[in-house]
Amino acid sequence: MPRHALRLAALGYLAAILVGPLAIVFWRTFENGFGPAWSALTTPETAHALKLTLIVTAIAVPVNTVFGVVCAIAIVRRRFPGKGFLNAFIDLPLALSPVVVGLSLYLLYGREGWFGGWLAKHGIEVLFALPAIAIATVFVSLPFVAREVVPTLREIGDEQEQAARTLGASGWQTFRRITLPSIRWAVVYGVILTTARCLGEYGAVAAVSGRIQGRTETATLRVQERYESFDLAGAYAIAIVLALAALAVLAALTLSKSRARAA
Amino acid sequence: MSEPEATAALKVTLLASLAVSVLNAVLGTVTAWVLVRDDFKGKSLVNAIIDLPFALPTIVAGLTLLALYGPTSPIGVNVAFTQTAIVLALLFVTLPFVVRSVQPVLQELDPELEQAAHSLGASRATTFRRVVLPSILPGILSGVALTFAKAVGEFGSLVIITGNIPFQTEVSSVYIFGRIESGDSAAAASVAVVLLAISFAALLAIGAIRHYAGGRGHA
Repeated sequence: MPRHALRLAALGYLAAILVGPLAIVFWRTFENGFGPAWSALTTPETAHALKLTLIVTAIAVPVNTVFGVVCAIAIVRRRFPGKGFLNAFIDLPLALSPVVVGLSLYLLYGREGWFGGWLAKHGIEVLFALPAIAIATVFVSLPFVAREVVPTLREIGDEQEQAARTLGASGWQTFRRITLPSIRWAVVYGVILTTARCLGEYGAVAAVSGRIQGRTETATLRVQERYESFDLAGAYAIAIVLALAALAVLAALTLSKSRARAA
Repeated sequence: MSEPEATAALKVTLLASLAVSVLNAVLGTVTAWVLVRDDFKGKSLVNAIIDLPFALPTIVAGLTLLALYGPTSPIGVNVAFTQTAIVLALLFVTLPFVVRSVQPVLQELDPELEQAAHSLGASRATTFRRVVLPSILPGILSGVALTFAKAVGEFGSLVIITGNIPFQTEVSSVYIFGRIESGDSAAAASVAVVLLAISFAALLAIGAIRHYAGGRGHA
């Protein structure tokens, strides 16, 4: 009996919090067929918002992949002053409020910020433009690749790398032929998580983008704008696109986990 | 920071985060136990769904919760713009933390230990308290620390469903956002420093729990 009671409690909880709400939105969106949802998605502002989200993701994911792998190698394989600090600091974006991230960028690049005056004098737009949105997104999605790669690097050890070096391989050759193949599933996993975070970031981007329709509005900002303009169908349609992306991410995570285990 | 609205927002934030941490500790542990020790059809699907709040944009989370528990609720439950809505949204976004930190520890824990305790006459409650709980406690605590840190800073899932009513449902992150929008970055920064300190404290706590648990040979 207790076993079934616990199962019921766990499944009931998941249904009430996760599955139920999502199912309702799917049902409401497609209540009247695909037509209304499609026309809500193809308005110029919404199409632009979706495109901007893709552009920002295309910038942030490669940046954080390279940074994450380099950081992970530095943390596991090298010794340098401030290593402990880097190791602790890299998790900070996970624990930090996205609005605080936005505020810090605001204080740096705003008109009265540290770099604000210099940037304005040279006519460089950061705040309320693509650079600020990209920087905010890079910041919040920073730790994911490094966090996945660090434990894998620790697990495989460095004997093979040392052997390659002894046999005359250069640093780059060792990385490409020995290290990279053994961490590749961790990198893939990290990249998937990074992508999810980039597509879905809201708070940090909301604070620094200025939310200008058709210019600096990303998909998540557009969801809120549509909701506040009482266009629930429009909000739901974009939400569904983002939810489908999230489900694709889940599927990719599950798949890469089982691949990694088989490898 | 001494402004009453800022203090009220911080109080709402901390109370809601505390409530969510406690709820998550219990429900997350139950969920992890069911996923490891129980067996039923579709278990791997349920296991995959646990990560959904990581993948789903927070603004979408808020919108979906409002669809089921808002003014147009098909089941007649409307908690929109109340403090219950804050707890609900925070439960959604923090759901994976305790489950995912307890699950691997439970997997490592030999079920024979529990069976041995049973055959020696221990009740289910005693077995859980004396055999299972001591091993998974570090996992629960580090999950709770993550939950608390995330809950204190959460923004996206709250903006739609809580209505952001000052002194009632306005949380600290929403307060900060409002100050940024109105150009009062000094007021925003003073509350942000408090949130920053809480984030650091949570990271330190997680580090300490890992260190302590590692010393005793648990994951």
